[in-house]
Amino acid sequence: MKKTYEIYVDCANCAQKMEDTANKVEGVAKATVSFMTQKMKVEFAEGADAPAVMEEVLKACQKVEPDCEIKL
Amino acid sequence: MTKRQKNTLMRIIVSAVLLIGVIVLEKTTAWPAWTYRVLVLVPYFIIGHDVLRKALLGIKNRQVFDENFLMATATVGAMILGETTEGVAVMLFYQIGELLQQLAVGRSRRSISALMDIRPDYANIEQEDGTLEQVDPDDVETGTVIVVQPGERIPIDGVVVEGNSSLNTAALTGESLPREVMPGDDVISGCVNNNGLLKVRTTKPFEESTVSRILDLVENSSMKKAKAENFIAKFARVYTPAVCGSALALAVIPPVVLGLAGQGWNFGTWVFRALTFLVISCPCALVVSIPLSFFGGIGGASRNGILVKGSNYLEALADASVVVFDKTGTLTKGVFEVTEITPAEGITSAELLECAALAESYSTHPVAKSLRQAAEKQLDQSRVGAVEEIAGHGVKAEVDGHEILAGNARLMDRFGVRYIPNEAAGTIVYAARDGQFLGSVTINDVLKEDTVDALRQMKACGIRRTVMLTGDAEQAAAAVAGQTGVDEYHSGLLPADKVAWIEKMLQEKTDKEVLCFVGDGINDAPVLSRADVGIAMGALGSDAAIEAADIVLMDDDIAKIPKAVMIARKCLRIVRENVVFAIGIKLICLVLSAFGYANMWWAVFADVGVMVLAVLNATRTLAMK
Repeated sequence: MKKTYEIYVDCANCAQKMEDTANKVEGVAKATVSFMTQKMKVEFAEGADAPAVMEEVLKACQKVEPDCEIKL
Repeated sequence: MTKRQKNTLMRIIVSAVLLIGVIVLEKTTAWPAWTYRVLVLVPYFIIGHDVLRKALLGIKNRQVFDENFLMATATVGAMILGETTEGVAVMLFYQIGELLQQLAVGRSRRSISALMDIRPDYANIEQEDGTLEQVDPDDVETGTVIVVQPGERIPIDGVVVEGNSSLNTAALTGESLPREVMPGDDVISGCVNNNGLLKVRTTKPFEESTVSRILDLVENSSMKKAKAENFIAKFARVYTPAVCGSALALAVIPPVVLGLAGQGWNFGTWVFRALTFLVISCPCALVVSIPLSFFGGIGGASRNGILVKGSNYLEALADASVVVFDKTGTLTKGVFEVTEITPAEGITSAELLECAALAESYSTHPVAKSLRQAAEKQLDQSRVGAVEEIAGHGVKAEVDGHEILAGNARLMDRFGVRYIPNEAAGTIVYAARDGQFLGSVTINDVLKEDTVDALRQMKACGIRRTVMLTGDAEQAAAAVAGQTGVDEYHSGLLPADKVAWIEKMLQEKTDKEVLCFVGDGINDAPVLSRADVGIAMGALGSDAAIEAADIVLMDDDIAKIPKAVMIARKCLRIVRENVVFAIGIKLICLVLSAFGYANMWWAVFADVGVMVLAVLNATRTLAMK
């Protein structure tokens, strides 16, 4: 399952960090962050509970990039 | 400006005024020196508190080497060493640069979105009393009749049931000539209705309509990252720790060496140089400007009716050196006309044509259309029974209870029909009834007006090899190849043979060269996906082609191909300029700072100034025509 989320992140390097972080969260098969469109596209692993996984992604991202936002 | 940006602007103004105030006080009064140092902390915290906070959080979360850390260390260090005013000023300029960069990026993001703003907001449905109700296009069921007023955008794909008008397709195809439509014509969402009132019966739900598919494709294009973008991400990961290491070495090694040599332990100077070094080294210019350039390039291309599915394809297209074309519908118009009818003995021309046309009556292939056109009279499809299409050969159909074969010479061979070969140039359709040869029909296709010109332009922009692949017979292929001036051609190919040829050409080229295949999307899906870059033409409405291709041309204008290559090259050139410029300036400033020739002001330029210039350069991709 794939889903796209709107995000807020204010520098390209930070967007890259969010992408790296999101990819390490369990339940995420592949995550891509586009700084230009301010969107995060997440492909979930088989059987993952998307809302719960995204909570984790948000928590992990805010750890590396305190100012970022993800619209869940 | 967003709320956050306005907030930053206010902080910049307030802290700049306070900083100037402190400097003026320092010049005009004679208080103890520490008072100024304390006073200057007020503007410092106003402008830098968020950077300091992020730097501390970064250290806590083990995300040390980022720009916040660099700026915090550099400014705090400068202030400890007694350069208080400079420390505050560096922070101030850093924030100004960040704000400028955000504004520039935001502006180009908006102008690209505006360019792609083809999303319709509503659909009109006529009520019983004749008034129009505006509804969300998502809620319109397939088969509903919607009303499109002059000046409005068609929200959903459908068929015109009432009204005549001309449509502006520029947003989709880049084509400025309006398209005339009348009842019975298919219309595509995203076009703007120029003059008449149209009633349209929708044939697809909104999310499957052309406009939704295109938006989806374009919005996702920046997710497929180019090699250059991935390179920068990797680069930044190695670069920042390396720079911090060098800065530490610069702060410690020279003073210790000089100290031991008896020249004085001059830690202050060297630590200050190391801090300057840190400020210069921030990789932001690269990290921001490269995705921005690609995004702009993709935006500029889509304004020309060229949809690129990812930055990686734009990057590949810039190195295009072998271009392989399908013939029919790509180099030629794909509009065939029957030019000669050669019936066998005892058969009339009309009989031959009618048989062939009936057998092909269900086919959408251009050859079949021309046969039907030439037959002139209305064909009664109920006379046709079971039809079997044999790819690369033709069709076998049951007509009035007889077995009719219509197709090329291979079809005749396959069914053991004894036929008279026709040597004329063009596509030859042979026909047989119950195994008996009926004769042959010669059909000719015409070149598109700009094919010759487009091929010449491709040669001029450095395409090394042009190849035409076709399922047609040798004579027809030779004639078209001669007219267009392609380097080589291969005829009589089945879809599988085309893939084999692509494989062979992929092996023959060097790793750096890129092979593009251009087709109209009919039967080309395997070849489109096998080539390095698959380009589908005239793809409006052809879902299979949009899926399989990497680059989609909205109309079938072949001149868009050299244009796409030019756009890709220009975009890549801007990317390279930025890489060389940013790394170059930084290296020079780093060396200067290590030897003490560059102060904090240089450092701020090397960081913020370079970034702003690189972003401005990147926005040039937006203006590409």
